[in-house]
Amino acid sequence: MEILIKFIYLISAIFFIFGIKFLAKVKTARRGNRFAAFGMFLSVLATLIKMNFIEGSIGISTIIAGIVVGGFIGLIVSRTVKMTAMPELVAVFNGVGGGASVLVALSYVFSNQGQNFNLINSITVAFSVLIGVVTFSGSIIAFSKLKGLIKGEPILFTFSHFLNLVLLLGSVYFLYMGITGSLNGINDQAIQYFLIGGGIALVLGVLLVTPIGGADMPVVISLLNSYSGLAAAATGFVLGNLVLVVSGALVGASGIILTKIMCKAMNRSLTNVLFGGFGGPSEQESQEAGEYQGVKSTGAEEVAMMVDSADSIIIVPGYGLAVAQAQHAIRELVDELEKKGKKVQFAIHPVAGRMPGHMNVLLAEANIDYDKLKDLDQINSEFKNTDLVYVIGANDVVNPAAINDPKSPIFGMPILKVFEAATVINVKRSLSPGFANIKNPLFEQDNSLMFFEDAKKATEDIVKELREG
Amino acid sequence: MDPQIIFFIFTAFILAVFVGFELITKVPPTLHTPLMSGANAISGIVIVGALSQIPDASPSTANILGFAALILATVNVVGGFMVTDRMLKMFKKK
Repeated sequence: MEILIKFIYLISAIFFIFGIKFLAKVKTARRGNRFAAFGMFLSVLATLIKMNFIEGSIGISTIIAGIVVGGFIGLIVSRTVKMTAMPELVAVFNGVGGGASVLVALSYVFSNQGQNFNLINSITVAFSVLIGVVTFSGSIIAFSKLKGLIKGEPILFTFSHFLNLVLLLGSVYFLYMGITGSLNGINDQAIQYFLIGGGIALVLGVLLVTPIGGADMPVVISLLNSYSGLAAAATGFVLGNLVLVVSGALVGASGIILTKIMCKAMNRSLTNVLFGGFGGPSEQESQEAGEYQGVKSTGAEEVAMMVDSADSIIIVPGYGLAVAQAQHAIRELVDELEKKGKKVQFAIHPVAGRMPGHMNVLLAEANIDYDKLKDLDQINSEFKNTDLVYVIGANDVVNPAAINDPKSPIFGMPILKVFEAATVINVKRSLSPGFANIKNPLFEQDNSLMFFEDAKKATEDIVKELREG
Repeated sequence: MDPQIIFFIFTAFILAVFVGFELITKVPPTLHTPLMSGANAISGIVIVGALSQIPDASPSTANILGFAALILATVNVVGGFMVTDRMLKMFKKK
């Protein structure tokens, strides 16, 4: 009987693997998600069967209550969340996963009170607590930053790296005390050590994420995503449960890959993102200061005329599009342009927005064909043959300084070469620098025009002009 | 826990990481957000651990912690899979 349960767990793991495999193609992605969900269902079912029929101990009323409450919250949240708020939601879910892992590990400690842990047991508990807690509090901060509850700018102070190191050592020390304590029977003192160690890790998670700027959030979210998987895996080690370890490892790997892709797209190392405090006025002040000269501004009427005479158009969306909820307005613009027989494509930089793939989801929500969405490598050679580029709410990812100015802090970052197009329209509320806080020479170029307006309002006005004209 | 077993589990962990790397590198940028939320839902597998920590209905500390973990993990699982489905539904070819 026991072996049957293990077998079902294995089947679940296979469903997870195929689920992720199918997620790699738009056509099969939905099926992939369902495969994974079915794998989860099997795991839960197997666990309940095991508890009821093999171990003969199951707190079924508590379990039903927990599933109903959690399921209800999950249902409501998943139905009501706005697509523009996906980064916030994923941040919260990362934290929730980390939190659940810690609670399970702590519950395991409490349920073994009075018994002896061996070294492996206690080390896995310590790991699980450390990773889970950091994931939890780090995600809460990431969420608050995305939501604007706390400042998006990096908050760095002197000695902050030193303080983090002290906190890490402190946390490890108390967890170590918990480990040695629980070897001689888990008593209140050993539990207290684990809790203090966890408490310090909670503060550490907060301080690790606060110094990271808003534009670096795609990296942070990917990394925390990875941590939430590793936390689940660590808890799997605690319980000796293979399906937890395997699934956690899959998620951990997924997060790491995305983190790598995001770092590469910004030409920065992970260490630099995590500890650099990049994107704030602190270090780059001198380079940033330069005033803009010879900037030309424009309005809806003029843009509509230019658009009308262009044959090929590329739209470059950025975080400003999400903030202004302009995806539906963009869709109307695309419809209007295609009616006039123009070729419209989208150029999407990997770090446009606040999480990997953020722009793609928003444009999909507005019913824009995903075939029109091109990534960096696919489209960069096309700008020079393009009549008009419409940059909406993006800044650093189109900054030519990344190519031309070796002194620029973003030098070397792969950018969309919009400056090669015949005409560039930049929709932006003001000339304020982007999150990297550096001047964008694109705005001063002869072929570049500024349209100072909210992304949504600007696009709607252009559509209106196009319809009337 | 037996060191033999832990070594066996660790082997599975490492192999799964490699499988994960192989699978995820093939996911196109368009699907990165659904991938993340889907992966998120999968990390809700800790629900299995939460369930196993609720062997009876007594209000012991262990059970209360297990119950809290169960709520969080269920939010993760249900919310994660449903919101991923909601997103993927929107990716249509016209």
